[in-house]
Amino acid sequence: MSLVSCVGAALGYNGVPVLRGVDFSVGAGDYVCVTGENGSGKSTLILGMLRLLRPIEGRIEYGDGLAPDGVGYLPQRSAGGASFPAGAFEVVLSGRLASRGLRPFYSRRDRAVAADSMRRLGVYELRDKNFGELSGGQRQRVLLARALCSEGRLLILDEPVAGLDPMATVEFYEALSEIRSAGDVTVIMVSHDVRRAVSDASHVLYVHGGGVLFADRENYLASDAGKKFIGGLEND
Amino acid sequence: MTDLLGVVREMFSYTFLVRAFIVGALVSLCASLLGVSLVLKRYSMIGDGLSHVGFGALAVAMAIGAAPLAVSIPAVMLAAFGLLRISESSKIRGDSAIALISTASLAIGVMVISLTTGMNIDVCNYLFGSILSMKRSDVYISVALSVCVLVTFVLFYNKIFAVTFDETFARATGVKAGAYNALIAVLSAVTIVLGMRMMGALLISSLIIFPALSSMRVFTKFRTVVISSAVISLFCFVTGVVVSYIYATPTGASVVSVNILVFLACCAVKLLRERAAGSVSPGEAR
Repeated sequence: MSLVSCVGAALGYNGVPVLRGVDFSVGAGDYVCVTGENGSGKSTLILGMLRLLRPIEGRIEYGDGLAPDGVGYLPQRSAGGASFPAGAFEVVLSGRLASRGLRPFYSRRDRAVAADSMRRLGVYELRDKNFGELSGGQRQRVLLARALCSEGRLLILDEPVAGLDPMATVEFYEALSEIRSAGDVTVIMVSHDVRRAVSDASHVLYVHGGGVLFADRENYLASDAGKKFIGGLEND
Repeated sequence: MTDLLGVVREMFSYTFLVRAFIVGALVSLCASLLGVSLVLKRYSMIGDGLSHVGFGALAVAMAIGAAPLAVSIPAVMLAAFGLLRISESSKIRGDSAIALISTASLAIGVMVISLTTGMNIDVCNYLFGSILSMKRSDVYISVALSVCVLVTFVLFYNKIFAVTFDETFARATGVKAGAYNALIAVLSAVTIVLGMRMMGALLISSLIIFPALSSMRVFTKFRTVVISSAVISLFCFVTGVVVSYIYATPTGASVVSVNILVFLACCAVKLLRERAAGSVSPGEAR
């Protein structure tokens, strides 16, 4: 059952496409790693999948009744500066907002879900801390907890490990693989950390030259791009 | 202490002062709540720009003999939408657009006043505010509108936090961030117009900025910042009005002066805390 599929989609800004002929389909439970050079259109593709950018041509379809509030998202650059007054728990709880619709206040269940997703990521102890004062790794895990809060089946992560030190990176991947093993969550992750990301992924979406190459991991590793970046299957 | 109580009792024997007090307190409350979001979204200057638009609109309303609130609230709302759009699209730099609009409305206002009633005491009252400006009919409208602003803020508090903290995330998960930005703009516009005649067009934006900045020196959670900002704002307003009564100083300037002192005190608290913690983090001033 496919969760998100692009059918001949062209994506871009002000009518000028950055990507053309985008054709792929992400199934439930897949772990898709999105790679490509800076400026190749990875973020554009993500915006399209988040329904923040309407395709110029073609369609992006959502299967299985996936609504926008069923998507957990971790943006590339976390908003709120170092001096933004926000408690970690407040940040995580805001991940429940979309599912509340117009109802003004969070319910007890919302708080329980938020606390639970903080526990899963090992940041529950930080709930009363100021978000801006957390370390980069703690911040990313708090934001991942916020993304999990939507209880959606699709997680879209835009360069979640950029700027993290090696230890925090490892911890982040561990947290992510725990989440994946716990339930049927589909992950689409943009990463520059190609080697590590591809070794875990089930599929690779390589954005290059105004188009995309979508393949499962084995086929990607056998392809020219895979050989260039990973060195083929034998080095795995 | 008994002296001070006596002064306050004496103040409340004047109905116009009671009226001004009620409206002023409500407006301070609205301004301080919205201020947290506006300052964090880096929209502080929008508040300042809107108050100048309010001045122009007020001058036009007086010239054509229309009800001041009926003309200036829609005009300032319109300007708020415009400024928001400009700062979102980056065709004109946001700061220059605000400077453009605020000086333009100031100039138009002065022209209209000098062509009709002439430059007199009215202009001074518009610019620096007067506690005598609250007419009985204005009070009902002002109270009703500021209660609306307060209720709306409380009902949309969680959305306002989400949109202020991380607009991209809010949008991506299906929250109508644009609508909430517009809501913040509308509420700010109403608040600015209501507070303008008492505080003065040149000083009203300080009600938005000061309490938020002061409480952000001391507190680090959104909820505590919002609540303390409201408390600080009320305290400064009450103290400012009493000061202005005792020393016969303009209300607006007195309230702002108290706000300055509180801000400095909050900065001192922050500094002392950092000393005590032993680590002076590179303070990021907003």
